[in-house]
Amino acid sequence: MENLLINHYEVAAVILFGIGFLNLLLQNNLVKKVIGFGIMDNAVYLFLASQGYIEGRLAPILVGETARAADYINPIPAGLVLTGIVVSVSVTAFSLALIQRLYQKYKTVNFDEIVQLARQKGDE
Amino acid sequence: MNKMARVKKEKKTPWQRFCAWVNGDAQEKSLLPAEPPKLKKKKAVKPQQKKAAAPKKEWMGLTRFDHIYRVCAVFIGVVIVTVLMITVVQLPLFGSPDNPADNEVVERYVEDGLKETGAVNMVAGMILDYRAFDTFGESSVLFLAVTCVTMLLMRDRNNTDKDEDLLTAREHIVEGHEEDIILIQIAKLIIPCVLVYGIYVVLNGHLSPGGGFSGGTIMGSALILFAVSFGMIRMSRFFSYSTFRKITSSALMVYAASKAYSFFTGANHLESHIPLGTPGAILSSGLILVLDICVGIVVACTMYGFYALFTKGEL
Repeated sequence: MENLLINHYEVAAVILFGIGFLNLLLQNNLVKKVIGFGIMDNAVYLFLASQGYIEGRLAPILVGETARAADYINPIPAGLVLTGIVVSVSVTAFSLALIQRLYQKYKTVNFDEIVQLARQKGDE
Repeated sequence: MNKMARVKKEKKTPWQRFCAWVNGDAQEKSLLPAEPPKLKKKKAVKPQQKKAAAPKKEWMGLTRFDHIYRVCAVFIGVVIVTVLMITVVQLPLFGSPDNPADNEVVERYVEDGLKETGAVNMVAGMILDYRAFDTFGESSVLFLAVTCVTMLLMRDRNNTDKDEDLLTAREHIVEGHEEDIILIQIAKLIIPCVLVYGIYVVLNGHLSPGGGFSGGTIMGSALILFAVSFGMIRMSRFFSYSTFRKITSSALMVYAASKAYSFFTGANHLESHIPLGTPGAILSSGLILVLDICVGIVVACTMYGFYALFTKGEL
């Protein structure tokens, strides 16, 4: 239990992930589903960033001629988070574009209504 | 059920209100009741009529399916969070130096990075030299995303009908007449500063926090501000669809070519003729500066492209 207090960044990331996941499953509004997806993304970034931190060390921008690994924090999670952010921006933009097209066709962003309307059109 | 809910509507506990908000009921627009309850009564009439028109809680005649789905969803969510929490308990402690993620790879990057890449900012040295192929993939993903969004939202003769064409024409007329003086004056003042700051962040990517992605986003925001304040017509005079295509694809090409060169020389143990320079100077660290500029251009164009496509459907 003590670990949970010390790892509070990770705990927050897990809770955010749960919130985003439930948002993704429970919301009928497609835009809100995308927002839930974004919350999940950000939870993963928080988790990765907290894994790279080491108490009392500097950011990985080298100072002086010789660099010692024991002076700097882990630069790899920063690179991973950067990759993640780029991909999530792309995915969000693409899904929002798809939602806009769906809205143009069905005049609603409610998932159930879109399914119903699509089924009606299929029957005809 | 519905009648009961209607009777009890005025005396909802915060939990019920929260439930209604999560369910997406049209009556509960916000978690906190900002409006006085009398106003709510009047508003509540309209959404209910809309609901009667479209019975959406039924799925193929199964009214219960919705409840089962919701219960299952909450159950799955709770299980996932519990499993992840148990994992968090087992994780190494936050900020401890003997974290297994802090292994020999990090040691190599930090200790030999300056010699091998010439970049003071180790993150830039890592993503644009050791892992440059990965960053090339990222830029391609952004390019691919803006291409897909263009295909979906571009208003050309495949995507629009007559009504939308009329609407667009009207928007153009309105845009031509209305000019917000305050916005334009402030934008004239701010846009150069934002652009210069973005260029500074891009060019100092290997020396300080920043780099192609963050600087590119700042430059993209300057472009968006220009489009907002001066209108799309003036924007298209210097940034049209064809310039967008040329700039983005040539930036990606330059990236690919320069990285292909360094892969070729590095993999075959040939001598690379690009000097690394003195660490700390702007013109140092070999190809990283070039790659940063390419990434910055791609990101700036992509950000502006997303804005233009989502608002007007044109570039």
